[in-house]
Order: sequence, then structure tokens, then C-alpha cells
Amino acid sequence: MSGSSRSYEEEGVAQSLRALRPAPAAWVQAAKELPAARRELDGIVERARADAAYRSAVLKDLEGSLRHAGHGDDVMRAAALRARLSAIPQPGSV
Amino acid sequence: MTVREPRDIGDAELVARCRRGEPAAWAELVDRFERYVYAIAVRGYRLSAEQAEEVFQEVFARVYEHLGTLRDDGAIRPFIGALTRRLAVDQLRAGARLKRLGDEYSTEHDSAEAFEAVERALDVQEALAGLTGECREVLDRFFVRDESYATIARALEIAPGTVASRISRCLSKLAKELEGRNLGPGPSGERTR
Repeated sequence: MSGSSRSYEEEGVAQSLRALRPAPAAWVQAAKELPAARRELDGIVERARADAAYRSAVLKDLEGSLRHAGHGDDVMRAAALRARLSAIPQPGSV
Repeated sequence: MTVREPRDIGDAELVARCRRGEPAAWAELVDRFERYVYAIAVRGYRLSAEQAEEVFQEVFARVYEHLGTLRDDGAIRPFIGALTRRLAVDQLRAGARLKRLGDEYSTEHDSAEAFEAVERALDVQEALAGLTGECREVLDRFFVRDESYATIARALEIAPGTVASRISRCLSKLAKELEGRNLGPGPSGERTR
């Protein structure tokens, strides 16, 4: 292989290195914390399944409940939790 | 028997460890593919930061949900690529950026080249894992983080004159590593069970 073709190849490699920028650190951190966050949300849903009063209290103040569980103000997570809690059949419902 | 660090294992074993609930494995999976997902969303589809973030989080949430039902653990990369593209298109549709046919053609045409570049870039990133930590760091600082020779020299506590030669040496090693991967067998992605 000639020197010039080698350097062209390395230039291509350098371009590829430049192409893959890291995502914002906060996004990456949130994605890494996903399993733990899921476990906590599962815990809230399980408890709400067994305790109707707890379920209505959480639904009344979703953001507050999430903050209490250490999730901060996460709109997407709040929407996901609301959907899961709303899907729990209530006593007397058809 | 020594247990390899998540960083040193192939995609298939990494997915298997994620399924077993190893937190370090999941963190490595995110590290391994975060740039890929981000690049598809931002370079491939030119999503806004807000749209890209939504796609980014949704991709990893769905990957996590589907860990137990993947047909081929070793094919996690194409799975993530296809998922990211599908969610990005959904975002564009939601934002009505593909309303007119002309816009749609233009977006798809532009994206094909961008996707190819992203796939090549991920090949390079995977090959980077085969180099020493010293090489990985200097290449990442210079090419990805755009740090100057002076900044790199200070951070690595080496002479500024050494930075350029180290970059050149490591880039050459990386090119050889890629060449070896193209000629030889693929990365060890076989399931171990």
C-alpha cells in the first residue's frame, strides 16, 4: 500500500471519529438510570394496585410522588406513570 | 475463570448480562450505543434537540423492555438502528415536517448518505475499543471533543510536541485495526450459553 493511500484511509477514519459525537451527558445518565427508575415505578404501581387510597393520592399529585421517589420533574415519566395507574381496574368499575 | 469487564465483551454477551440485571452491563450498553442513536437522530434526521431527546430516551426504554424477547442478541446494533429510525420518523410525522411529498423525498435522500456515514462511524468506534486506553483517550479528545494540542498535553501530562505524534500513531493503529476487522472474522458476538 502506498503512503498516500494510507493517509487517505486515515483521513476517512478521522472523519468517522468526528461524526460520532457524544449525546448530552444528562441524556446518557437518564438512560443509564432507566432500570432503577423502572423498578421504582413498578413499586409504586404495585402498591397502587393493592391500595386504592394510595393510588388516588399518587394520581392527585403525580409530580410530587415522583419527586419523592427521587425522579425530579420528569414529564415523560409522569405521563407513563399516569397511564399505568389509570389502567388499574378499580373496585366497582366494569 | 476470569470474568471479563462489560467493556471487553461482544454485543451478544453484553445483552445477555443486561438481561440478567447487571447494572454495569446496562451502563456499558448505553455507552456503546449512545453516540449511534444520537447521530441517527441528529445527523440522519436532523431532529431538534427536543425531538432528539425524546427519541433517545424512548429508544433505550424500548431496548430495555425488549431485552427478553430479542431474536438474536448479537444483532442488537441493527435492532437499535432500526428502532431509532422508526421513532425518528414518528417524531418528524408528529412535527408535520414530512407533509409534502417533495420534503419527504429530500429528507430520505439526504438521510441515506448520512446513515451510511453513521454506520461507518460506529464501525470505527467499535474498532477503537481494540486499541489501548492511551490511544482511545487521545483520539477521543482530539477528534470528538475538539480539544487543542495544548489542552490534551496538559490533561495527559505530556509535552505538546508528543500529542501530534501520538495522534498520528494511534490513528494509524486504528486504521490497521479496521483493516483487520474487514479481513478477519467479525467481533466476538456469539452467545456463550
